[in-house]
Amino acid sequence: MRIPPSYVLKRIGFLVAVLFTAATINFLIPKLAPRDPVQELINQRIASGGLTSEGAAEFRDSLRTLYGLDKPLWQQYLTYIWNTMRFDLGYSIVDYPQRVSTIIGQTVFWTLGFVFTSTILAFLLGTVVGALVGWSKTSKWFSWLMPPLAMFSAIPGFILALVLIYYLAFKAQLFPLRGGYSATIDKDWSNPQFLLDVLHHALLPGLSMLLVSLGGWALGMRSMMVTVEGQDYITFAEAKGLRGSRIFFRYALRNTLLPQVTSLAMQLGLIVSGATLVESIFSYPGIGNRLGGAIRALDYPLIYGIVFFLIVGIALATLIVDLIYPFLDPRISYSGG
Amino acid sequence: MQRGQGFRGFLNYIRRNPAFGGGLVLLLLLLLFSTVTTIFIPKEGAYPLAVMPKQAPSAEYPFGTDSVGRDLLPTLVYGTQMTLSIGMIAGVVGLGVGTVLGFMTGYFGGLFDTIVKFLVDVLMTIPSFLLLIIIASSVPNPEEMGIVRMGLILSIVAWVQPTRAIRAQVMSMRERAFVMMAKLSGMSGMEIIIKELMPNLMPYLAISLAGSVNGGVLGSLGLQTLGIGNLREPSLGMTIYWLRYYNAFLQGYWWWIVEPVVVIAAIFIAFLLLSIGLDEFANPRTRRTV
Repeated sequence: MRIPPSYVLKRIGFLVAVLFTAATINFLIPKLAPRDPVQELINQRIASGGLTSEGAAEFRDSLRTLYGLDKPLWQQYLTYIWNTMRFDLGYSIVDYPQRVSTIIGQTVFWTLGFVFTSTILAFLLGTVVGALVGWSKTSKWFSWLMPPLAMFSAIPGFILALVLIYYLAFKAQLFPLRGGYSATIDKDWSNPQFLLDVLHHALLPGLSMLLVSLGGWALGMRSMMVTVEGQDYITFAEAKGLRGSRIFFRYALRNTLLPQVTSLAMQLGLIVSGATLVESIFSYPGIGNRLGGAIRALDYPLIYGIVFFLIVGIALATLIVDLIYPFLDPRISYSGG
Repeated sequence: MQRGQGFRGFLNYIRRNPAFGGGLVLLLLLLLFSTVTTIFIPKEGAYPLAVMPKQAPSAEYPFGTDSVGRDLLPTLVYGTQMTLSIGMIAGVVGLGVGTVLGFMTGYFGGLFDTIVKFLVDVLMTIPSFLLLIIIASSVPNPEEMGIVRMGLILSIVAWVQPTRAIRAQVMSMRERAFVMMAKLSGMSGMEIIIKELMPNLMPYLAISLAGSVNGGVLGSLGLQTLGIGNLREPSLGMTIYWLRYYNAFLQGYWWWIVEPVVVIAAIFIAFLLLSIGLDEFANPRTRRTV
């Protein structure tokens, strides 16, 4: 299957439009809102006794120059877009002189690790369960799984996480209460004990993500399985006398998987938003918890930087799924453009 | 096969779709809990230093109290009221704007349609919750943020999904015979939209409303859990923010954790059951039995 270059170009053009819009929103919103992060930071410093009032004025001017706030608006905008496209997201206010991109680099792998693993697991498990429930020749016992799974899928992960922490971590003490690794172990990625500790910490956040997304995949898969089972080619396969398992895997499952992959691409944004909140609840050292911290500290460059980074990540992932989709489904052609 | 009319038809519908009945009952219970009870329960108890802190549920405080002296019964009563109102405002405004835009673009097409469609496509790629974080965290004077302002902030992203869905529905209906008939009989575009298309999409709009309000509630809970919004008011999301802030887990205050979770879960399950139950109303072909 070949993807026409015009389609690829169109999709990449769309990606650029998305990033441009996101960067413009990031630039405009703080200009529209009469909230002055520089002044707020200085007020904080004065309140904590770190600044005198003469020093404060000087400090404000130098911060304004540093963030380019003394230049005309259009020049600020062009500089902002140019910097953003080079992924220069500026400095964190609270953790000055840390760069926003450095902070993102330090935290993103924690998020990728547990979000990626739990999403893939939920997708596979949910798809299999949904397929088994939807297929009429499997045991009726499977259908008992659906109502509880549907219930879980309605509740947001960070709400479920609260209950899991209380009962599994605090009461039963099966899991750590918070964080990504124990403070008592050296942070050494080549040490298997440290890796086990990291895994142990990731299990409960991962479980909250898994439980709430399992139901969605299962529900979607079940309804598609029911539709596919009524198709003529299934009846024909049965008439040919093929084994049930072969019809299930090669005929039904294969055809229902494609829409599932599409909805996986569409759900990415929701999954990342949910993970942000789950991380905050667990104080997991990922990018979402950092975002929560930045919001509490009014660290605007960090808030905008992390949000922009997440938007880029999701837009890229969606693009990749769009481009590999024709390889999964030979029926799709882009000749119509 | 005649669909029942009036109240009898409504009861028949519930009998065929127990999920709808369940969702309706759950939602009514939540509304009763958050409105009628306010006659007996003053709001003062929902603010810090109102009562003795850190009390487990007892005869005096049936829901217990938190560690800064909020009585959790009024906190949850008024919190549910606030959170449902925020979701309602966001859902109604979002669906309203989405309906107008969806009908306009889907029926008339043209340059306006091209612009709106492009905007919708771009905004569908940007996760709405992240957009909300940017907007809501930049709003000045969060201590003055009321229910209406929070609802309107949420509605900034709530129109996107309905616009897209309704536009697609209208485009598929535009070519049907009954619309052609109406055109031939000399009806204007607006007349066709209001008299012919709207009534056909009513069931679909009803199910969309459940989804939009659900989205508004979810968005407000997420923002408040991150500490965006009015920190003083006892909304459900802020209750989650404070129990995290004061580490209710480490102290073992189970009531402070379990109670808001149960109320929030009830809200979402009510909307889930309603939308499952309304499915037959929106797509009569999925009807199982007569």
